[in-house]
Amino acid sequence: MSKPSDLVQGTLDMLILKILALQPMNGWAISQRLKQISRDVLGVSDGSLYPALHKLERRAWIRSEWKSSENNRRSKCYSLTRLGKKQLEEESANWNRVSSAISGILKLNEV
Amino acid sequence: MSIEQWFYSLPWRLRSFFLRHQVDEEMKEELREHLDHQIGDNIAKGMSTEEARRSAMLALGGMTQTEQKCREARGGNVLEDFAQDLRYGFRQLLRSPGFSALAIICLTLGIGANAAVFSWMEGILFRPYPAVAHQERLFAVAGTATGESEPTEVSWPDFLDLQRSCSLCEDSFVSKITGTTLNIGDHAEVATGSIVSANYFDAIGVHPMLGRGFESGEDVGSDSHPVVVISYQLWRNRFKGDPGIIGKTQRLNNVLHTIVGVAPEGFYGTFVGRAMQFWVPASMVETFESGGYKLEDRGARWIESYVRLKPGVSRAQAQQQISAMAARLQNDYPATNRGRGIGLWALWQTPFNHAGELLPTLEVMVAVVAFVLLIACANVGNLLLVRSFVRRHEMGVRLAIGASRLRLVKQLLTEGLILSALGTAGGLLVAYWCRHALGLLLPTGLASGMYLPGEMDARVMAMGAGVCLLVTLIVGIIPTFQTRHLDLAGPLKADSSGVIGARGRAWMRSGLVVFQVSLSFILLVGAALLLESLEKIRSINPGFTTTSVVTTGVPLVAAGYDIPRAKLFQDELIDRLSALPGVESASFARVTPLGYATFSSTPIAVDGYKPSPDEQPEVEYNQVGPGYLATLGIPLISGREFARTDDENAPLVAIVNGTMVMRYWGGQDPIGRRLQVKDRWVRVVGVVADSKYESVRETARPFFYVPLRQDFAPEPELNIRTTQSLASLRGALIREVHALDPNLPLYEMITLQEQVNRSTSPQLVAVTLISILGALALLLAGVGLYGVMSYAVAQSTRELGLRMALGAPSTNLLRLVISRGLRLTVGGVLFGAVAGLALTRLLGNLLYKVSPHDPAVFASAFVVMIAIGATACMLPAWRASRTDPARVLRD
Repeated sequence: MSKPSDLVQGTLDMLILKILALQPMNGWAISQRLKQISRDVLGVSDGSLYPALHKLERRAWIRSEWKSSENNRRSKCYSLTRLGKKQLEEESANWNRVSSAISGILKLNEV
Repeated sequence: MSIEQWFYSLPWRLRSFFLRHQVDEEMKEELREHLDHQIGDNIAKGMSTEEARRSAMLALGGMTQTEQKCREARGGNVLEDFAQDLRYGFRQLLRSPGFSALAIICLTLGIGANAAVFSWMEGILFRPYPAVAHQERLFAVAGTATGESEPTEVSWPDFLDLQRSCSLCEDSFVSKITGTTLNIGDHAEVATGSIVSANYFDAIGVHPMLGRGFESGEDVGSDSHPVVVISYQLWRNRFKGDPGIIGKTQRLNNVLHTIVGVAPEGFYGTFVGRAMQFWVPASMVETFESGGYKLEDRGARWIESYVRLKPGVSRAQAQQQISAMAARLQNDYPATNRGRGIGLWALWQTPFNHAGELLPTLEVMVAVVAFVLLIACANVGNLLLVRSFVRRHEMGVRLAIGASRLRLVKQLLTEGLILSALGTAGGLLVAYWCRHALGLLLPTGLASGMYLPGEMDARVMAMGAGVCLLVTLIVGIIPTFQTRHLDLAGPLKADSSGVIGARGRAWMRSGLVVFQVSLSFILLVGAALLLESLEKIRSINPGFTTTSVVTTGVPLVAAGYDIPRAKLFQDELIDRLSALPGVESASFARVTPLGYATFSSTPIAVDGYKPSPDEQPEVEYNQVGPGYLATLGIPLISGREFARTDDENAPLVAIVNGTMVMRYWGGQDPIGRRLQVKDRWVRVVGVVADSKYESVRETARPFFYVPLRQDFAPEPELNIRTTQSLASLRGALIREVHALDPNLPLYEMITLQEQVNRSTSPQLVAVTLISILGALALLLAGVGLYGVMSYAVAQSTRELGLRMALGAPSTNLLRLVISRGLRLTVGGVLFGAVAGLALTRLLGNLLYKVSPHDPAVFASAFVVMIAIGATACMLPAWRASRTDPARVLRD
């Protein structure tokens, strides 16, 4: 049932998992953190963040619960599941392998 | 997605489905919150409120769009799709109520027939004894003897040895059917009961609702424990539900019994075919069985028993242990046990009750109802096909606007599921109503004592659910073949019109009709073969007159008559009856042929006959009064009939039958020769023609008669040859009996023909069942053919109109349609005939003197099938011939 993964989409998923691996947080915080760590390079729009969150939840990689935040507002807080952690590890390993291979190829061309 | 993911996200999915609205609200709230944060941020950066809002909205990519993306990301929910399909399916079915009703009725009949047969199998063969614990480990125990094909009974000492030495058996108990007479007014009824071992109620796990079961030791001794446990029914009906019944007494076979217990409601004993009304311990065997005290006689084989194996023990293992034990018994008691074994039978093969008798019928029934179900499925499939053709426009549009083919197939399967679920619900209801129908199929007189309930338990329900799924697949898949041919443009183009008999797409519908016709043809042939057999069985000459002879009895033993009084009464009654107008003769006999009572049997020796070393000649005989042969019309070949003078003081005599003369006297006249019966020598005084004794299907066998007075039975059956009607004779008989003793009741009075009919009832049940189902199959096939032909005609009105406009006479069109229908029918019959030649052999023992390939039967089934086919095509053909060419060409 999996759709052909597209690089940016897959990257976004991995970034979200990575962020949530550090600590559970709500959608707004995730968007801020994304901007911060990717230094706007990836240009993730907030419009694609939320559908991605729903999709990850559907895949049982993250879960959400409603928590009241400091200013007494209810907010939806996401956290990583056991399956999500496993997925992140696999993806990271994969990513490392692919990216080292690609950068290796790129270096070859330069020589 | 992995199973694990699917499993962990299940709560989330369920929530998304059932709390769709709330989940949607939460999503919006989350987005709003994000928006508020962003606006706050933007204002902090120095934007105006308006600008901050606009920029935040822009960053989020538009509220509505993002919401929609989120919903899509949550994904199409399987449950949601299903619910949608379900709603849509229901709407579709409601839109064509006629079609839906027809489809559901077809499936109800098909599934109902299956469920009914399953419930009978369950209630009669697999779990025959309601309230009895662990029936799946219960096995019937019966004896075997070398040279005998039929299982025999087991002796009590052999049973005790089995009980002691079978370490693989958890329990073993005896339950031997017996009877007694209970009087109701001037009418005496036989009450059926069981002679049981003392552990009976404990072993089967049934606890009497009042009082107690039997205590250990109550099955020891000779007539030493006159105690009885009565059934709930007997307690209710005869004792008016008396709560203080325990300790009261009831006379059974002239012995006062103390009622010690009442069995719980819903417990009917352990005999397939009859509901037991009382239970007595084995020590009372003399009171209920002829042949005296048998508990210490290893040669007296009379008991029917069961074992429950320990969990995990297979029948083969237990059989091995029991066979080893039987071999030891052969060794230790050669006089009684030589050549004797003990065998275990599965409950559904129990040799000593009606299970074994009904097994072949029910086995055939399973195949028959499967056929009926397939025919019903083919019918519904055909209806769906026709409808899917009508709906091809809708399907095409759905495809065109982006529905996947898989989704369409799902939709069709869901509609199939709705139909089959409703059909299954209806079918289970039908089966529930029919659960006692098997008993009703028996002749009325016989049915009153028969108890053959279906059982609607979890296993039958599960079977029903399984059938439902199967039907869903079959009827759901058939129309999907149609979607394969769907292309996007086709249905959107102008309405195509067909040409009769020349459309490729019709092959599927035609195939289904051919399939239906062949299945119904097979059923038709099967029903015809069974009918033919029944006809043959019914026309067997039993060797005695059946029409003008009636049989009944007077329960003298229950009334407390001793032997001298009984003899006196019998003589006086015969005298009085012979004096009645319209009575030609009357005579007592211990057993009337083809009834329930079994004949006595004895080892014999014959002067001048040398048996081979391993042969122990044993012959059955009957004790009959003077004039018996004349009363029944059994022809005397030579010598004389018994007379009054052949009494206990006269020399012992016997009359032998023709087969006996052939076997033991080499065909020479035996009159005056001697015969040893039960260690007494008797002289042959007459020879009679062979007749049927226990079954009309039996082959000729040796048999002889002795005078009733010389081997007395106190309660023989009374046979009367009369020219009077049954009713007036009964009135006269009651008057004569009451003149002798006003307190005596009378047993049921029937003609010997009725007795013969009852003895052939298993065949009757088989024939009735297969005829009903065969008729159902024919009806369904006829409806199927009719549907296909009328659809074909409706689809090709343009062609028909053209033909007519070009000058074809209407009879021509009539012929065209009928010949097309008949071609399908003949095709089906040919397939059916080929399959039938292979399948009818399965009827096996149900057939009597009819070849399973009987050409006359096949030919007549062919004629019937063609007639049905022609009838089914008649209306569509007539409609075709009425086609108005002007209207068709104008349209």
